[in-house]
Amino acid sequence: MSAQVEKYSFDVVRWFTVMAVVYLVVGTLVGVYIASELAWPVLNMDMAELTFGRLRPLHTNAVIFAFGGCALMATGFYTVQRTCGVRLWSDKLAWFVFWGWNLVIVAAVITLPLGLTSGKEYAELQWPLDIAIALVWVAFTLNFVMTVAVRKTSHIYVSNWFYMGMMVMITYLHVVNSLAIPVGLWHSYSIFSGVQDAMIQWWYGHNAVGYYLTAGFLGIMYYFVPKQANRPVFSYRLSVIHFWALMFGYVWLGAHHLQYTALPDWTGSLGAAVSLAMIIPSWGGAINGMMTLSGAWDKLRNDYILRFLIMSLAFYAMSTFEGPVMSSKTVNALSHYTDWTVGHVHSGALGWVVMVAAGALYHMIEKLWDTKMYSASLVNTHFWLATIGAVVYITAMWVSGIMQGLMWRDYDEFGTLTYTFAESVAAMHPYYAMRAIGGMIYWLGGAVMLYNVVMTIRQASAQRSTAAAAA
Amino acid sequence: MADQIHSTKLQDKTERNVFFLLIMLAVLLSVGGLVEIVPLFYLKDTMEHNRQANIDAGKTIIWDRQGKALSEWKAGDGVRPYTPLELAGRDIYLREGCYTCHSQMIRPFRDEKERYGHYSLASESMYDHPFQWGSKRTGPDLARVGGKYSDQWHILHLNAPRTVVPESVMPNYPWLEKGSVDAGHIAEVMRAMRVVGVPYTDADIATASEIQGKSEMQAVVAYLQVLGTMVKFDDSHNYRD
Repeated sequence: MSAQVEKYSFDVVRWFTVMAVVYLVVGTLVGVYIASELAWPVLNMDMAELTFGRLRPLHTNAVIFAFGGCALMATGFYTVQRTCGVRLWSDKLAWFVFWGWNLVIVAAVITLPLGLTSGKEYAELQWPLDIAIALVWVAFTLNFVMTVAVRKTSHIYVSNWFYMGMMVMITYLHVVNSLAIPVGLWHSYSIFSGVQDAMIQWWYGHNAVGYYLTAGFLGIMYYFVPKQANRPVFSYRLSVIHFWALMFGYVWLGAHHLQYTALPDWTGSLGAAVSLAMIIPSWGGAINGMMTLSGAWDKLRNDYILRFLIMSLAFYAMSTFEGPVMSSKTVNALSHYTDWTVGHVHSGALGWVVMVAAGALYHMIEKLWDTKMYSASLVNTHFWLATIGAVVYITAMWVSGIMQGLMWRDYDEFGTLTYTFAESVAAMHPYYAMRAIGGMIYWLGGAVMLYNVVMTIRQASAQRSTAAAAA
Repeated sequence: MADQIHSTKLQDKTERNVFFLLIMLAVLLSVGGLVEIVPLFYLKDTMEHNRQANIDAGKTIIWDRQGKALSEWKAGDGVRPYTPLELAGRDIYLREGCYTCHSQMIRPFRDEKERYGHYSLASESMYDHPFQWGSKRTGPDLARVGGKYSDQWHILHLNAPRTVVPESVMPNYPWLEKGSVDAGHIAEVMRAMRVVGVPYTDADIATASEIQGKSEMQAVVAYLQVLGTMVKFDDSHNYRD
């Protein structure tokens, strides 16, 4: 931390790390707000910018691209230097990625509440921002790949395979799914229509989950779990097999979002069949992560950061079991269009993505600022708030989702539909309230993390100035 | 140690050469998408109006226009491009993020047929850039909402949903009556749609000027009222297979 240049370029990593925590708090806060709007619609306030329909894309973009992106870029730039034994290929390019990515996020915060949207779920940003995202993403990829290319080690470490798989796939997805014809600066229309647009959209949508939120975060897992546990990865062979199976297989899954729709049956069934098979590589990763702890389980007793990492793998195993179940035709007929899907997404997002990232961010913060967390017990508080919040959220959505599905298809003894749609909406109220509370608990955990991180950084800079004064 | 091969030669080579790894990934990652997406553009059976069985049964799915104006179309004549006012309404539907709570895709189940109507066809959304099938029914499906309620009901409902449906959790949209549509913008949108394959004629685009001064509310209601009314269905015929 002295005037001399650090061995690795960590400044940009520090900035990404702090922004990831900030966006976690902001993104989940928007989530809590829109969840509350569904329970208490008066919260829409008759203001266009605050309505559910406009804020929901802001929530998804904030948690996926702002939080998820900063977490991936922080950990990516950190681990690639540590595992390759070299500095980043280009510091300038890394700063371009930082400022570019954050400018896109600021632009999203302005444009989405104004209703400037392309109308494609999880890809709502308008064409000028899509181009900006593509440029920044390619810069991120180039810097990462070139750092790997100039590495000092002979082999490329497994976490980097996952990061690079994500980079290639996200480039494909983003470019193809964003193809649109612009009308002025802030309007554009997908060049695809109807059934083809639907398939491309869900190829994008599910693989954003599969590569960005799964492969990318498995990259995080493969570096930080062994590091925090101080153990080697359980099985090299398993990592090779599950890496290639995951890379090849995940691409096919998007079609399971469109079963029983006007998408031809062969496509939906193919997607569902591969989905079922995907449980094997998914659990391969979960097992490889968890078993890395074998012989060192006692560490969970007092290492709260490790708790985050291991709990995330438990959630990962659970939601990658749930996913194939939901993609089977019989279950999908019930679960599609219901809150069960929302619950499934959040068991992956709250349980896996955020938890593994939180563990990694805590680990990095201690290394990057060369200190211990300001409060270990607050890390533990965050862990429990996150776990309880996620469980409350998911449970509420399971109950409401299955109930919706059953109410919609229920017949009375005269052979007519038992419930009107409005009755099913009314029946959801307690679960929507419960979900908002679960989300609130989860958000509180994030806020505790932000406080702890700020205090840790302040403590570290205080220590530095004392050390400098002594010297 | 560094030269020892821990797995197959191919894997070893991949792990040592980042560019080789990238090529392997680029090829592998393209397969699933190519297999599932590309055929949808050329397999004839993907769109119901191209299916031989539907053609043989004499089912009209696409409007046979024969040079007529959009205003001459009647419900049930077949799928046609949206009128300028409907298109303006659809723009507002996108802007407000209606798709985050409403689907437009009826599945072939008994309960969905009774609740919403005949299952949706791929041909029905062939002019939808982007598609609006949605993924969530916080509110009901809207694929065939057209003609089910009066214009007056829709206006009341959009202004304040709970006055007509007490259980509703939908936001109020009071600003729709105050906002007005921009005819010049819609003409541009129609030209853009034509570039991506919607068969608008110059005469169609010229009619865009007629919507100047209409409110956003009128546009949304026009859009909602045409949804699902384009094809006249024969319940005894299976349109898919």
